[in-house]
Amino acid sequence: MSGQAPVFKTPKDLPREDWFTEGHRLCAGCGAGIIVRLAMKVIRGPTVVVNPTGCVEVSTTCYPYTAWKVPYVHVAFENGAAVASGIVEAINILHKKRGKKLHDVIVFAGDGGTFDIGLQALSGALERGHNLLYICYDNEAYMNTGIQRSGATPFGAATTTSPAGRVIPGKQQRKKDLIGIAAAHKIPYAATASISHPIDFVNKVRKALETEGPKVIHALSPCVPGWGYRPSETVRIARLAVETRYFPVYEVDHGRVKINIRVDKPKPLEEFLKTQRRFAHLLKPENAHVLEELKRNIEENWERLVKLEESGVTL
Amino acid sequence: MAQAQRIAILGDEAIALAVKQANVDVIAAYPITPQTIIVERLSEYVANGELDAAFIQAESEHSALSICVGAGLAGARVYTSTCSQGLALMHEIVYATSSMRVPMVMTIVNRALNAPLNIHCEHGDVMAERDSGWVHLFAANVQEAYDLTFIAFKLAEHKDVMLPVSVNMDAFILSHSIEPLTPISDEDAARFLPPKDYELAIDFDNPITHGTMALPDTYMEFKMQLKEAVEGVKEIFPEVVEEYARISGRKYWYFDSYMADDADAVVIVMGSTYGTVKTAAKKLREEGLKVGVIGLTMFRPFPEEQLVEVLKNVKAVVVMDRAYGYGGLGGPLYTDVIGLLYRNGIRIPAKNIVYGLGGRDFKLDEAEAVLRMAAQGAREGGFDTHVQWWGVRA
Amino acid sequence: MSAKKLVEQALKGEFTYKTLPIAAAIPNPPTSPEYKTGAWRVKAPVIDQNKCIKCLLCWVYCPDLAIKRKDDDSVEVDYDYCKGCGICTTVCPVKAISMEEV
Repeated sequence: MSGQAPVFKTPKDLPREDWFTEGHRLCAGCGAGIIVRLAMKVIRGPTVVVNPTGCVEVSTTCYPYTAWKVPYVHVAFENGAAVASGIVEAINILHKKRGKKLHDVIVFAGDGGTFDIGLQALSGALERGHNLLYICYDNEAYMNTGIQRSGATPFGAATTTSPAGRVIPGKQQRKKDLIGIAAAHKIPYAATASISHPIDFVNKVRKALETEGPKVIHALSPCVPGWGYRPSETVRIARLAVETRYFPVYEVDHGRVKINIRVDKPKPLEEFLKTQRRFAHLLKPENAHVLEELKRNIEENWERLVKLEESGVTL
Repeated sequence: MAQAQRIAILGDEAIALAVKQANVDVIAAYPITPQTIIVERLSEYVANGELDAAFIQAESEHSALSICVGAGLAGARVYTSTCSQGLALMHEIVYATSSMRVPMVMTIVNRALNAPLNIHCEHGDVMAERDSGWVHLFAANVQEAYDLTFIAFKLAEHKDVMLPVSVNMDAFILSHSIEPLTPISDEDAARFLPPKDYELAIDFDNPITHGTMALPDTYMEFKMQLKEAVEGVKEIFPEVVEEYARISGRKYWYFDSYMADDADAVVIVMGSTYGTVKTAAKKLREEGLKVGVIGLTMFRPFPEEQLVEVLKNVKAVVVMDRAYGYGGLGGPLYTDVIGLLYRNGIRIPAKNIVYGLGGRDFKLDEAEAVLRMAAQGAREGGFDTHVQWWGVRA
Repeated sequence: MSAKKLVEQALKGEFTYKTLPIAAAIPNPPTSPEYKTGAWRVKAPVIDQNKCIKCLLCWVYCPDLAIKRKDDDSVEVDYDYCKGCGICTTVCPVKAISMEEV
């Protein structure tokens, strides 16, 4: 963490209290459950959660059950950042006019609600500069509706609407660069995070909450049914995503890029791909060219980040 | 009642003045003609420190209303304004606002929906939100639009209501007309609208989970709650308008009527056209023609019982719609009225005049002709057609 | 209305539109602890307390809050909620947790 000591050094430093509770109905082994629980562990005081439609929303607020100890708002799919904007500004003005207690506002949104249908609302909120933390749990497809491709689905991956067909081998488009989009709004803090590095993640959450203005954290969220693996493998797969440079863990602090998890000797990408059904077709000889292109994309992205970090250029 | 002073003011500016005097906390909007002057004035009030509020220009109407929902849930007094395309873009969240029981006020400067593109007056925009669980009020002139804005906030935030309310005013005809206005004083406004007290407000010390997923076992009960809340507005309305009358001297009702009590034929209309038809009716009354006019102020909830009291005594009714229900039985107000007549056993002929779409002028002599047609229907015990598109070159 | 009462009434169908809190909002959260996800489990994690080094990684990673951290930083499984995903077995650095038919 640049410039300041991390608040949490080991798991023992994590608060015992949970604000996201048991009895939720996320799938066994769900990565998003880990992301949300850890983020909520390190809230710093009164907090409101905004949660646009998605896996986390339907699994945690199925009437009469709710897994949220804090005030929680779901309205629709594409408007998480807008609803949060309204809450932030309402609380600020009511604090000024009538002494209402200040609250932190955290959005938990999936990749569909962030990269695709919610992108406009997110852009609007980032441009307006509201003091909110937007955490995208990215499981790289529309998992809640049955694993359809999204703007966050990686090149080559098979989904139910980008199947590994005989003619078209999986998704033919690259994943959007969410942090690049966020950073282009000149916000004070944007970062990626992986549950394989939980201490890095919780410190980023706390650092973001301590930073005034709009903040975006993009957390990779392995998905048992969507990616096609056994539920026990969630954290291992998240780690392989980092160790193969598939998912670089970095932050953009006031425009300056810093790679938080250095991966000097990356593992072969195949080690990550072979763990998941969605990539099974990429390991077949006839799709070698797809695999090569995916590898090229990943290396280009890593080299870009290294250059940005080394040059100190402000995004 | 403080000393009242009459001013001349543009319709949009009158609304902005009312919203300022209502001491709103959050305004979120996206510019769309002919609503822009409302939000421009509000942003000026905030920028000049005359109104202590957050003014948020959203990146779309969908987000503007979403911001309002978030702010309303946080406990703020919330306002937005839009029309036509903007309201259509809000559509999804319009339903969420009422179902989540978020009190707020929206001025709809009624404008035609594309296509073809048209910025002029029509009520088709709000009619698409007719069944959304919002309270819909219609203003006949600038003074009414101003007054109804206060009444709308009072209704919306009433503890037995907790619903969003729209105040509808005709595009350009009212929004861009300079009309006389007698404002209420800031002190009276503050007394009429004390700070919002909202039992569902976001509060860490008293957390609530908002916007859950309710499955078939409970969904209908929540929708029944909404139905009861919307219909309940009819019972709360009299006390609210009575309180407003005490400070303003102006008494509102579910509808305004002109010589309808002893009329043979009545014309029912909403919006600024009420004034036109009223003026025409005055002239025809001088000729001895027993015609009356009803200008509906409250469209939703629909004041069935109150309208029945008038319509049970007339021989024919003409319903004027500035919107249409394509492929249906007629315009939305007309279908409401014929349903009302049928289920209350009132067997009189009813005709639908569809007029003024896309801002087509509807002049005094045309109002006169419609009234004469109504009188003829009463005399002859029927009309030649059910629905007539007025003034279409056919 | 208390969380327990709300859940009880909803499950038994002992409510009317007038008795349900309005707007499908849930006051007094959380209520999900009333929903026991342990029933989903096929195999169950068993912790060998002799091997456990109290590193807390299983506690950190359990998506279902089914690993409870005790005062002395030892851990135990709450089988009311454990869905049997087995993540705890993969993150344990000393292989102190195994999945067993229970």
